[in-house]
Amino acid sequence: MQKRFLSIWFRHLRTDWFTRRQPDLANTAFILAAPDHGRMIITAANYVAQKQGVEMGMAVADARAIIPSLQVLNDDAELAGKALKGLAAWLIRYTPAVSIDLPSGLILDITGCAHLWGGEKQYLADIQKRLKDFGYDIRIAIADTIGCAWAIARFGKEVSIIESSDQTTALLPLPPAALRLEAETVERLEKLGLRQVKNFISIPRSSLRRRFGPQILLRLDQALGHGEEWIDPVLPIEPYQERLPCLEPIVTATGIEIALQRLLDTLCHRLQQEQKGLRVACFKCYRIDGKMEKMEIGTNRPSCNIKHLFKLFQIKIDTIEPALGIELFTLDASKVENLSAAQEKLWQHNTGLDNIDLSELLDRIAGKIGANNIHRYVPDEHYWPERSFKMASSINEKLQTSWKLDMPRPLQILFKPELIEVTAPIPDYPPMLFRYKGKLHKIIKADGPERIEQEWWLQQGQHRDYYHVEDEEGRRYWLFRSGHYDTPKSYQWFIHGFFA
Amino acid sequence: MTATKADIIAQLKRDILPLQGFKTTLNSTVVDAGLGPIKNAFPNSTFPIGAIHEFIAAGVEDTAATGGFVAGIISSIMKPAGATIWISASRTVFPPALKSFGIAPDKIIFIDLKKEKEILWAMEEALKCKGLSAVIGEVQELSFTTSRRLQLAVEQSQVTGFILRRNPCSLNTTACITRWKITPLSSELADDMPGVGFPRWNVALLKVRNGKPGSWQLEFAAGRFRHVSKIAAIPLEQKKKTG
Repeated sequence: MQKRFLSIWFRHLRTDWFTRRQPDLANTAFILAAPDHGRMIITAANYVAQKQGVEMGMAVADARAIIPSLQVLNDDAELAGKALKGLAAWLIRYTPAVSIDLPSGLILDITGCAHLWGGEKQYLADIQKRLKDFGYDIRIAIADTIGCAWAIARFGKEVSIIESSDQTTALLPLPPAALRLEAETVERLEKLGLRQVKNFISIPRSSLRRRFGPQILLRLDQALGHGEEWIDPVLPIEPYQERLPCLEPIVTATGIEIALQRLLDTLCHRLQQEQKGLRVACFKCYRIDGKMEKMEIGTNRPSCNIKHLFKLFQIKIDTIEPALGIELFTLDASKVENLSAAQEKLWQHNTGLDNIDLSELLDRIAGKIGANNIHRYVPDEHYWPERSFKMASSINEKLQTSWKLDMPRPLQILFKPELIEVTAPIPDYPPMLFRYKGKLHKIIKADGPERIEQEWWLQQGQHRDYYHVEDEEGRRYWLFRSGHYDTPKSYQWFIHGFFA
Repeated sequence: MTATKADIIAQLKRDILPLQGFKTTLNSTVVDAGLGPIKNAFPNSTFPIGAIHEFIAAGVEDTAATGGFVAGIISSIMKPAGATIWISASRTVFPPALKSFGIAPDKIIFIDLKKEKEILWAMEEALKCKGLSAVIGEVQELSFTTSRRLQLAVEQSQVTGFILRRNPCSLNTTACITRWKITPLSSELADDMPGVGFPRWNVALLKVRNGKPGSWQLEFAAGRFRHVSKIAAIPLEQKKKTG
């Protein structure tokens, strides 16, 4: 069967993309700019701006001189690829093989597809209309070869369907740039006066190769259909979703469990084959009265362990209310990550934080009572006791600094220091007596003071002078005086912790 | 005849031990943090791993002392790499302080729950997890049934469980293998130096299954326990050393 290709050229891909998202930009002149050697250079200008003389490659300052009301947006180098990828995925409705043709085009292999729309004319018109409705300024061509379709879309006349084996005639009047040659070759051809394909198409191949390199021959062959060319179709990512419709409505917990097990089996099998593990999964139950019940789980690290995931869901199964019955179950993994299969050791029992049993345990606990109740702490660079440690963001977070051991710290701490009555000799001797919760403690031994200043960039207030004291019964406390001994008596004594 | 009878009895005693929860597995770690004579209180003269230990604490000072003793034991169970879960209702532990008892505080996962029932559920789940070194649970009351559930959980996984009971209403019978009470003692520094010395406790082993209960004076210094032979009876006024 004769191959047919369709080439789409988006004339203002990036600006149209912005206009589509911000419709009020449609009638204003705007440009996209990116920094280059310390200047802002225009990388794309919309139709309105181009009409007034703003070109690509100009400095933004120059363009502002031409159009004072010019809007400047930041360009993103990956924008074109992203936009084309989305469009390619959308165009899969027309043909299964759509490929991206950077910087601003798409190529569709439409072999055997056009008759479904009643012929190539209708097919092309349909694509053209729908993309135009989206707001894209496009040109389309259909031809036997990728090269020819590409050339006609960009350099051809309005007739954009090239009948089968007509590509040679269609290409003859086109400029050499239509052959997708390097800029250097195009320039050399222009210099020699070879301004159209027909000027050099009949030159012997050996001379062309000698003068312009092998690329020109390859491109000619590809455009004329003598050489092979392939496209690299976009493969849309199939969502990690499984469905299970039921013949009879399900009302029992056992039934839900069976459905869940089945869905997990198929989903995890697929994940395992692709070496992936899910982080977030959602199990949805569609009831016959039109309502939807769902439960969601999350895991600490990617997992495709059916038993573990089942257990996580099982904790929540009683939250599902089947009412009159559930007719459809779906399970989708909304967050999937690569799973590096770890080597399992047979004898050595690893009991560190990277143990899989442990992370599965934490998933179960988090599933039942909430992840915000689970904490792990890492040291922080602060002397102020309350700030000397911070919550770790994940179970695998590495330590940035080490735990300090230089000064004694109490094993039990009061969340908020409590006010105590103290008898202490000045200037900075440790207290002799203190009263805490109505009990008098006589201090026998003491260490200190250890002065900890406020971190003024975080918090204002008095410094603390800490004392490590032991009373006559051998109980050890951590006391502090906040502030200096001064006449207005602004200092206060607190108890902050209990040593082991 | 008597010799064979004694042999039979000794053999039977050895057979009974695993049934009562004292299991020795091939690659289980042997806790030696300088417990010394305390170990003779246990059957086989080893600190039981894969069992539940119960600690009674009266006040917050006792809780701190108990925490210190437990941390000292856990630090040798956790070696070289291990993880511990600490489950409590109103947590007052200051994580950086655990470092001085030889535990890396980042290796401990704290789980803060409100209800006692949730704590016991989480503790049972954690004790079933083979990837842990130890589990610490702070509860006030522990019924016999719950303690037996916990004990059954550890017998499978060989995780060591520590239950810290602060101000329990009743000291009921539990299935825990031991019951301890740790109280702080006055510290002492060598050569009459001023200041507070190493943490020192009176460790009372109130109950131990198939062992001999007792009471010892321990000090935690340089990463291990040290026995204190005698506490000198010095009058308070002479003992007074501040500085």
